[in-house]
Amino acid sequence: MKAKIIITPKKAVVDPQGITVLKALEHMGHTGIKAVHVGKFLEIELDGTDKEAARQALDSACHKFLSNPLIEDYKLEIE
Amino acid sequence: MNFSVLQFPASNCDQDAVHAVRLLGHSARLVWHKDASLGDTACVIVPGGFSYGDYLRCGAIARFSPVMQAVKQFADNGGLVLGICNGFQVLTEAGLLPGALIRNRDLQFHCENIFLKTATNDSPFTSRIPAGKILRVPIAHGEGCYFADEETLAKLKANNQILWQYCDATGNLTDTANPNGALQNIAGICNEKRNVAGLMPHPERACEPLLGSDDGKWIFESIFTALKNKTVAQAV
Repeated sequence: MKAKIIITPKKAVVDPQGITVLKALEHMGHTGIKAVHVGKFLEIELDGTDKEAARQALDSACHKFLSNPLIEDYKLEIE
Repeated sequence: MNFSVLQFPASNCDQDAVHAVRLLGHSARLVWHKDASLGDTACVIVPGGFSYGDYLRCGAIARFSPVMQAVKQFADNGGLVLGICNGFQVLTEAGLLPGALIRNRDLQFHCENIFLKTATNDSPFTSRIPAGKILRVPIAHGEGCYFADEETLAKLKANNQILWQYCDATGNLTDTANPNGALQNIAGICNEKRNVAGLMPHPERACEPLLGSDDGKWIFESIFTALKNKTVAQAV
């Protein structure tokens, strides 16, 4: 199994990286971009086949460690 | 009075903190991150640097080290804990201080002298700072922009937990004097019990005129006074 975790800054938190990338894209001539949010991607390789147990364990890890709930949101997928 | 200065892999202001405390007439020693006990300790300093390479988030991994469990217990018992720069980040990640430190708004690493206004003398970290004194101390960070949600910010203000704010040379809290975009120009705060504080600037690098400023000593002098008056708990 593999877990894929995407961590992004909360919308209420200023994201200077996202703003800078947005400006650069516009400078390159890209139009119609409303916003860019720069985050992190973690791929975690897992033993076993119990997806639900893995989800529960990693959900807790995301909340306590892998993301900071004050400033970040996360999306967890197990496949 | 013995100060315990924590040492994580990639701490790099640990020796500066030890030097500053000794220079000001007290004893200090380094405590390794794998130590589960602090030993004889009057005050803990969580120093600056890039603990665990700043991997994942600044301070996110350091908070799980064995020594941080001892620091948490020390703080819960009322002991004085000061987090400087990366130490401030570690203390917010550990939940010992509210809020978070995020990337500077201009994405630049700022290494410069700034001015600090002390928002209140009502803490063991600020009591001796002369009234109206603007402190000139260095900063050196890329992720020092203080962030907290509105509710937390309101609580910080209501409880007088904001200790230091970035200002200009005459004490005005302007946006241009704010090096990283911190909310309300916040440079340092304390917890509700007022025994744990953190700040992004480096007072330990400004304790002797040779280094360009000795304004940082006022923060240490405040701590010495609190310890001398035994208004705070100490660990053995």
